[in-house]
Amino acid sequence: MLKRRIIPCLDIRDGRTVKGVNFVNLKDAGDPVELAKIYAGHGADELVFLDITATIENRKVLAGLVERIAAEINIPFTVGGGIHGIEDVSLMLQAGADKITINSSAVRRPELISEIAGEFGSQCVVVAIDTKDHENDWIVFIDGGRTPTRHRALDWAKKVASLGAGEILLTSMNNDGTKEGFALDITGDVSRHVNIPVIASGGAGKMEHFRDVFFNTGCSAALAASIFHYGEIDIRELKQYLKKEKIAVRPAPFPLKGV
Amino acid sequence: MIAIIKYNAGNIRSVQNALKRLGCESIITDDKKEIISADKVIFPGVGEAGSAMRYLREKDLDELIISLKQPVLGICLGQQLMCRYSEEGDTKCMGIFDSDVRLFPQVDTVPHMGWNNFFSLKGVLFESISATDDVYYVHSYYPEISSCTTAVCDYILPFSAAMQKENFYATQFHPEKSAATGERILKNFLEL
Repeated sequence: MLKRRIIPCLDIRDGRTVKGVNFVNLKDAGDPVELAKIYAGHGADELVFLDITATIENRKVLAGLVERIAAEINIPFTVGGGIHGIEDVSLMLQAGADKITINSSAVRRPELISEIAGEFGSQCVVVAIDTKDHENDWIVFIDGGRTPTRHRALDWAKKVASLGAGEILLTSMNNDGTKEGFALDITGDVSRHVNIPVIASGGAGKMEHFRDVFFNTGCSAALAASIFHYGEIDIRELKQYLKKEKIAVRPAPFPLKGV
Repeated sequence: MIAIIKYNAGNIRSVQNALKRLGCESIITDDKKEIISADKVIFPGVGEAGSAMRYLREKDLDELIISLKQPVLGICLGQQLMCRYSEEGDTKCMGIFDSDVRLFPQVDTVPHMGWNNFFSLKGVLFESISATDDVYYVHSYYPEISSCTTAVCDYILPFSAAMQKENFYATQFHPEKSAATGERILKNFLEL
């Protein structure tokens, strides 16, 4: 049976992780590779690295980081931030990324999706959609959530799927940072109406939230950042909990001790 | 020395990285002499069947692969190209495995992407591997079940998760991205 995936997301600035991390055994909390290895060891199913600075100078730094991650990590990973064209994609894939994610650049130039899919295959194109509920209308935002667009989330999701996206990373801005759970309505809607995998994002605060989003929507994966980084939820524990709740997940590789 | 066949498909370096983590050096090459003299050959790939097959034919690599006598491991697109035919781009493939490659019916999410298990495991590749172990898949086309099938995965319908015929081995999933389970499968291949 195909398993629902748990995906930690790491924000990167100048090749270092941004958010504070409190793992006891971490030698260097700012090193994305160290952190990625811990997550992979805990049973993360994939990883997402988002470069939040994403300037041209930083792209080389990011490519260097991607090479180190690819050398050390034995699960798939996605890289995003500042990807505007085929050359950026090529650079990241050559460095060893399995997938890239695009957001604003896809809204500005939707053909970019089909160009990347045509050149490298749909499987490596994750289109990120940031959306905010405004009077029961889910509007797509770009530029890190600063700029509203004319797109509605569901229509845009269908459009990106038809252009050759391999996966959708759907973030509800209303829920992001609240720790009150994922947006079940829009996640359910998009998952029902597109035929490609949907990753739910924004709002995870408790293990129950993961159960709820998997139980109530057809999403393929759930992504979270701070609750993993701050150690509020241990991925091994989360996997055990979801299994008990009859959600199909890949078990954590090592048995949990003392939990 | 392990040779990883270089052609116009993605994700080739991740195989080299995975071998390196297992302490095994490899070369990525399309040089015929290097491929023929390698102890083992890996034929990986993510991409489109039609253009990949055209590229292999232009370089005569298809004939070379078919003629190899040492253990060969095809991964993902590699496995599909070792079959008879692929619906992707209406492509005649190498015909090592008596199986055709078809597009998943669109009754569930396609691509089949993520961790899934397998069953009816046969052969040395699956030494110490159990049917409850998960491996990472990402594909929209699947190889049909045939007499060469050594592992079955069920997604939308049952398909060949792995195949073997004589010295030719292949997996639809990505052992190089499948954590400890994938490493074990690669190790089993390296120890052949």
